[in-house]
Amino acid sequence: MVLAAERTDVARAKRRLAVIDCDIHPNLENPGVLDKYLSKRWQEYRKGVGGRGFAGSYYPRAFPNAARTDSHPPGGKPPGSDLDFMRQQLLDAYDMDFGVLQPLLGSGGLRNLEWSAAHASAVNEWQIENWLDPEPRLRSGLVVPYEDGDLTVKEIERRGKHPGFVQLMLAIRTSEPLGRRKYWKMYEAAEAYGLPIGIHFGGQGGYPITGAGWPSYYVEDHAGMSTAFQAQVISYITEGVFEQFPGLKVVLIEGGFAWLPVLGWRLDAAWRKLKAEVPHLKRAPSEYLKEHFWVTTQPMEEPPRPEQFLEMLDMGPWMMDRLMFATDYPHWDFDDPFEALPKVKLPDGFEAKVMAENARALYKLPVRAGRA
Amino acid sequence: MEQSTAALAPRGFDLGQPVIDVDIHCNVPSAQALFPYLSAHWREYIAYSAFKGPTDTAYPAGAPTTALPGTRPAEGGPPASSLALIREHVLDAWNVEVGILNCAYAVESLHNPDTAATMAAAVNDWMIHEWLEQEPRLRASIVVPSRVPEMAAKEIDRVGGHPGVVQVYLPVVSEAPYGHRRYWPIFEAAARHDLVVSLQFGGSPGNPPTGSGWPSYYLEEYVAMSQVFQTQILNLCVEGVFDHFPTLRIAMIESGWTWLPSLMWRIDKDWKGLRREVPWNMQPPSDYVRERMRFSLQPLDASPDPRHMLTLIDQLGSDDLLMFSTDYPHWQFDSPEEALPAGLSPTQRRKILSENARDFYRLSKQ
Repeated sequence: MVLAAERTDVARAKRRLAVIDCDIHPNLENPGVLDKYLSKRWQEYRKGVGGRGFAGSYYPRAFPNAARTDSHPPGGKPPGSDLDFMRQQLLDAYDMDFGVLQPLLGSGGLRNLEWSAAHASAVNEWQIENWLDPEPRLRSGLVVPYEDGDLTVKEIERRGKHPGFVQLMLAIRTSEPLGRRKYWKMYEAAEAYGLPIGIHFGGQGGYPITGAGWPSYYVEDHAGMSTAFQAQVISYITEGVFEQFPGLKVVLIEGGFAWLPVLGWRLDAAWRKLKAEVPHLKRAPSEYLKEHFWVTTQPMEEPPRPEQFLEMLDMGPWMMDRLMFATDYPHWDFDDPFEALPKVKLPDGFEAKVMAENARALYKLPVRAGRA
Repeated sequence: MEQSTAALAPRGFDLGQPVIDVDIHCNVPSAQALFPYLSAHWREYIAYSAFKGPTDTAYPAGAPTTALPGTRPAEGGPPASSLALIREHVLDAWNVEVGILNCAYAVESLHNPDTAATMAAAVNDWMIHEWLEQEPRLRASIVVPSRVPEMAAKEIDRVGGHPGVVQVYLPVVSEAPYGHRRYWPIFEAAARHDLVVSLQFGGSPGNPPTGSGWPSYYLEEYVAMSQVFQTQILNLCVEGVFDHFPTLRIAMIESGWTWLPSLMWRIDKDWKGLRREVPWNMQPPSDYVRERMRFSLQPLDASPDPRHMLTLIDQLGSDDLLMFSTDYPHWQFDSPEEALPAGLSPTQRRKILSENARDFYRLSKQ
């Protein structure tokens, strides 16, 4: 395997494009690291009962921590837990303008909602102290106890104005479809604070992870995740969330995207016949889809012929302004910024937009000094 | 819609050749209609308990998608419960050579396994006597008590040898994905009778139809059914059923298919990274899809740009996958011209209209 650092210069010289990575996973050195940000009560709780989420959705992930084999920092710490090593292997290696963190520490899926809120707050404080303050290229999602509206609003009010947080962070598998009113207090606050709703791969909501029960294998958990994203998109649109919160933006992280245009057609076809049921929708569903959703690229669906990627873009030309590059560092299915886009002549401006400019615009990130 | 209600139903179209329609619904008019096929015990059970048959949640009776205007029989009963009307609206109107009946009788929603098995058997006998034996152009999918696969296998053995039976009906929403080993007795029985196994829109096993709980609206559930089909396809590919049952063929009925290219791209990519978890998968999952699965044409869920439909058909990587369907009496298209994507090549057209289904269901042997 050729190491990223060895080919960086060549590739960078070739492209000279800015890179913003919208999906980076920081990790705790060990679970006790959070204690510093927890009250005595919750420190005891963490050591005693611990994290009690919805059981039954664990599929061993093929690799320890689902990590790239070369992503273990020197000294034996877990992948993603060492800022210097992350700089070296990712931010510097690809000369990134910015990276957006997605801590996968399960706060939102804890059944004890007070614990979920305390855990989320602790994760946010940990992010500020260990990642956002020391590294100006990093931004993150504000972790919230999303299964409870009041507690989520509290956390948004507490930390939603910190400049390091550019969106909320949810997981795609929730206890109810995300368009339902249970979540509307969160959307009201997020809209008011100008924070997009970032929703990442994973999570557990207390049900089998598919509409047909529990699958058997990690490959199904992983590849099937795109169906969880599709169901949530349908819910957001059908419930009228965007009529209620017209300024709300939703970012789908690690769910794929080749399914988006055809889902829009299917929604429209069904809506033309069933619209009497949803009078709160003022426009065709695909209109909301085009306006309110952003999508990260990894894991990109890979057609057998790269030209088919262009055909897919032709079905949803609006995706050119919506796709945002992501590596998923340090996970095994990492996408290399210099290698990931299909080897085919892409539409003019596509690479610049997808590799950085769409994310820069959405998250209101500055242009880096010295960039053309 | 502008069309008058009476005009919509008998609106077949000369497609220039006889067609094979793989999705014609037939509906049981009432539990009493099954009495000739039920024992005294079950007739009494139905009378005493006021049991009206399983609740149909897949197709709400009054929803516009459920029935085209003009399909309700004058003599009463639900749309698609009259053979005379199906002859008029489908078999004659569309020049149907062979039509496959799909009866969405939701026995999977019945928790009592004996009731489920008994009602399934009664529906199958009703279909055989009142439809297949009356109309040589018809074939049938048999209803089975899918929650208890051993009982489902027994029912397949009971009626699977009837020459009009070509397929087993499984609702796509299930308690567990159908590739699970618990369901293998169903595939084994289907293989014994060389029947196609079909996964069809709907299903009420009790678990929510999404991975994040229950949607609020029928529209939502309707659209999201395509995600359940995707789940099942992925599962059937990786669980090894196609390797274990080398003659197994699976039809996806009323599933939509425009999402299939992107699904195949995704699962092939995942297979590259994770195949050591499923080492029996010696080929990319999309190979199983192309070799062993077929899809009913409707609903098209079409792009406003007809070019896109041809592109998607090309991206399927095979002209063998789609099989013509009217999905009668469901409302899938407003004018007969919309029954097929525009711009198909003569070969594609012929394959979709009849040849793909003829091969898949082995109809030329009969």
